[in-house]
Amino acid sequence: MPGITREEVAHLARLARLELKDEELDHFAGQLDDIIGAVARVSDVADEDVPPTSHPLPLTNVMRPDEVRPSLTPQEALSGAPAQEQQRFKVPQILGED
Amino acid sequence: MTDLTRLTAAETAEKIASGEVTAVAVTEAHLARIEAVDEKVHAFLHVDREGALAQARRVDEKRASGEKLGPLAGVPLALKDIFTTKGIPTTVGSKILEGWIPPYDATVTRRLKEADIVILGKTNMDEFAMGSSTENSAYGPTGNPWDLTRIPGGSGGGSSAAIASYEAPLAIGTDTGGSIRQPAAVTGTVGVKPTYGGVSRYGMVAFSSSLDQGGPCARTVLDAALLHEAIAGHDPLDSTSIDAPVPSVVEAARNGDVKGMRVGVVKEFAGEGYQAGVMQRFDESVELLRELGAEVVEISCPSFDKALAAYYLIAPSECSSNLARFDAMRYGLRVGDDGTKSAEDVTALTREAGFGDEVKRRVILGTYALSSGYYDAYYGSAQKVRTLIKRDFERAFESVDVLISPTTPTTAFPIGERSDDPMAMYLADLCTIPTNMAGNAAMSLPCGLAPEDGLPVGLQIIAPAMADDRLYRVGAAVEAAFEARWGHPLLEEAPSL
Amino acid sequence: MTVTDLVSYDDALATYDPVMGLEVHVELGTKTKMFCGCSTELKQDANSQTCPTCLGLPGALPVVNEIGVESAIKIGLALHCEIAEWCRFARKNYFYPDMPKNFQTSQYDEPIAYNGYLDVQLEDGEVFRVEIERAHMEEDTGKSTHVGGATGRIHGASHSLLDYNRAGIPLIEIVTKPIEGAGERAPEVAKAYVAELRELIKALGVSEARMEQGQMRCDVNLSLRPKGAEKFGTRSETKNVNSLRSVERAARFEIQRHAAVLSSGGTIVQETRHFHEEDGSTTAGRIKDNAEDYRYFPEPDLVPVAPAREWVEKLRAELPELPRVRRNRLREEWGVTEHDMQSILNAGAVDPIVQTIDAGAPADQARKWWMGELARRANEGGVDLAALPITPAQVARVCALVAEGSLNDKLARQTIEGVLAGEGSPDEVVAARGLAVVSDEGALGTAVDEAIAANAAIADKIRAGKIAAAGALVGAVMKATRGQADAARVRELILERLGAEG
Ligand SMILES: [Mg+2]
Ligand SMILES: [Zn+2]
Repeated sequence: MPGITREEVAHLARLARLELKDEELDHFAGQLDDIIGAVARVSDVADEDVPPTSHPLPLTNVMRPDEVRPSLTPQEALSGAPAQEQQRFKVPQILGED
Repeated sequence: MTDLTRLTAAETAEKIASGEVTAVAVTEAHLARIEAVDEKVHAFLHVDREGALAQARRVDEKRASGEKLGPLAGVPLALKDIFTTKGIPTTVGSKILEGWIPPYDATVTRRLKEADIVILGKTNMDEFAMGSSTENSAYGPTGNPWDLTRIPGGSGGGSSAAIASYEAPLAIGTDTGGSIRQPAAVTGTVGVKPTYGGVSRYGMVAFSSSLDQGGPCARTVLDAALLHEAIAGHDPLDSTSIDAPVPSVVEAARNGDVKGMRVGVVKEFAGEGYQAGVMQRFDESVELLRELGAEVVEISCPSFDKALAAYYLIAPSECSSNLARFDAMRYGLRVGDDGTKSAEDVTALTREAGFGDEVKRRVILGTYALSSGYYDAYYGSAQKVRTLIKRDFERAFESVDVLISPTTPTTAFPIGERSDDPMAMYLADLCTIPTNMAGNAAMSLPCGLAPEDGLPVGLQIIAPAMADDRLYRVGAAVEAAFEARWGHPLLEEAPSL
Repeated sequence: MTVTDLVSYDDALATYDPVMGLEVHVELGTKTKMFCGCSTELKQDANSQTCPTCLGLPGALPVVNEIGVESAIKIGLALHCEIAEWCRFARKNYFYPDMPKNFQTSQYDEPIAYNGYLDVQLEDGEVFRVEIERAHMEEDTGKSTHVGGATGRIHGASHSLLDYNRAGIPLIEIVTKPIEGAGERAPEVAKAYVAELRELIKALGVSEARMEQGQMRCDVNLSLRPKGAEKFGTRSETKNVNSLRSVERAARFEIQRHAAVLSSGGTIVQETRHFHEEDGSTTAGRIKDNAEDYRYFPEPDLVPVAPAREWVEKLRAELPELPRVRRNRLREEWGVTEHDMQSILNAGAVDPIVQTIDAGAPADQARKWWMGELARRANEGGVDLAALPITPAQVARVCALVAEGSLNDKLARQTIEGVLAGEGSPDEVVAARGLAVVSDEGALGTAVDEAIAANAAIADKIRAGKIAAAGALVGAVMKATRGQADAARVRELILERLGAEG
């Protein structure tokens, strides 16, 4: 299994919206390389014919009836907002598109 | 007058119910204890003095008016700061949620209130429950009451330290890879990770959804059982909650007995990396179980060997997604919003400033493991390992009733020793992780002090899913036998603070 | 906005063969959101229909809406899809402020319905089969308002305001397989497909599918390949094309634009495009490079959905008649042409007409009113036919009054006008406005005699056999009776009086 480069860490940090500093990139790249080296052993089973387990319990079909439950009040909904305006969450300008 | 902070939860509830003491007096005693020692221990991030006293008063009024009280009515409790509490700050040990006051209660919080339990406050933890030492808290480490220079375990170090230092008789923890059991082990207390789905996760801030499970922390097996029953049971708000009766854990804890039970010793949990004193106490526990009438056999679970690796793919993957919501838009910290920056930049700056190193490491690791091109080799394989671990457990439980192992390979290590060596830190959860991967139940309880450092050692008992009662039956028997041998609960050997 | 060179549509089609993919998102009409109990009712009050789950608050968890799943199965069945025996939700991870968790709970490689088709009928009656790749369940995002920029657009905005009332509303995403072989009719097929799908969704009762309200939104993916080539060209993805007409225009525009780029030796960039209602053009959006990595994985907070076969079969048995089949049946019953039927469909008049017939009106009368006077009124008011304040039963009553001779056409129109104006039922309007036909033979006879006396010259012409001149006298009588006479009877009386044969 190949190791992880500083550039890859920078790319992953962008995907994960983490504005890492240069020294962090260096630091994490080394550590992540070690960790990935250690966890890569799971891929020993990659070719084995074993079904994956995504849920620890074999539950299926857990659903709720289509019945309205009380919502929060707008005041409660907005109570943690860093900024608000017109009963809406005020956020910095959004780049890109919908 | 007896020191109300030294009573067990069961004793406290009895005294309140009989009118011997008031819930207010019990609460005040614990608030005073917190005031006296928490500066040193730092178990709490937030103490809700007024709320606790108000709840205690309600219990006393209820009693006065002849209303029926629950089995833990009036007993104080320390709640891990990962459960939402309406009107009370919830930080998850992170700067990114500093000052956040949730508008809703977690199901566990609600059940505690409904059980007339008195919530004293919120306890310290590794940020987002990622860690094994509570050093990753953004609000500073917690000390181990046995030796304040050592870690109290993690992520739920605040909860275990609070009960070990008599700041509360009960606490709630969460266990994703051992965060209830490992702190219990290193603080000489009892901690249980219930069967996955046994305790609602609604309102429990998610670290790794398929692994996280809330559970009780206490000083005795019976107290843990009483708390277990108070918080467990089906919750329609959690799709992964089990819709079946809660195993009778209290009854089991009152009837500790291992006669005729088959106990398996997990062969893989020994050898290099295991402290001699830990293994010595573990071997004594095995002998004790034999003396008590259990049949002890060795069991091999070969896939456990890959459990840690699989865990460090699954947990980071799920957390990278779970923690995406902390984006500075709707709640929590916002950094860099100077009117010129975009939402995208503000999110990245906030996450950079608001998350600690361990969280960032795991978010990046998880982002990597889920990336296209790597998914099959990493996340996909880790899920296969999970199946193999489940099969190992299934095979084991065909021949034994419970499995046992040391809870953690070493006793409490000094604060700072492993803080910049993630791999060394991760080893603390070596023995606890397989249970989370398979979703079954496990307990840690004290089995003595390691001779070389005089620090507590934990014995882990593992039961099949939905057989949580077996943990309590075995745990209560082991606890009684050990305390008879020691002449007192282990915790009484801890230095006074 | 960059000016895009186009080649003519015919030239484009002479050289290239278009391949389309249509992705339609339908907002379900469930009472509550997909994963929480918040109401889906459209309200003005921002953030009043949110809870910890749909706000993505720390700790909150999703629980699947049973009717959401049921609706997805119904849609799948109506599209002749296979229904998964077992499927899961997956998280689609990407950051966007209108998405509270920064992942969309969706389905990835295990959709609930897959491998189906929808037969669509083009205007000339030709039936084109559109193959369906999949239909899967997911959730909607919140709504952002951009403040400070020009006309609320995202560019140049100083900040944005977010309302999460819409966040978490159930969506079904329906994706076609590549639509090949439509040739020059590709834009028409696209439009007919979306129209047919909308009818189907409405017939199933799972959504009102109002495109103008965003309850149904379409993305048009289009590529060209040289005629005769096998391999698909690079596609563009035109997002949020939200009317039937726009779907057709967007496909047409992209064909012309791609052809222009390709013919001049350029290459098509895989990108999203924005459609502009004003001129039917599209402009470039985000480039879809490989940096986009949604890191899908099975949603650990939800358990798999494994619809019991009995449930699926029960839903299959309850499916309504498919719209195309129903339309063809009605067309035959009503005896109208394909073209007329298309107009009826386009006007949204099928259901009102059916209901009017069910209320006792003859088919031609029902059709006449809904496609005539009422369609005109709806058009003027800019509202749906079904939204007019008149019921099919009331229209049927008007038809009955005409049939029994109490109203003539003109009076019937006035009656309808009264009903639309809120003056009450047809009978109430007739009574209040005094609209009944003057059928009193005596009064009518007098009016006829007066008209003959006042128009002696015309009367003479009629007497001389110029029967066509009778119209002028009829007009005079109708004027005298303020239109409240049965014109046919008036004519009879005039001819009778003047001894002429009608
Ligand atoms: Mg979609
Ligand atoms: Zn909601």
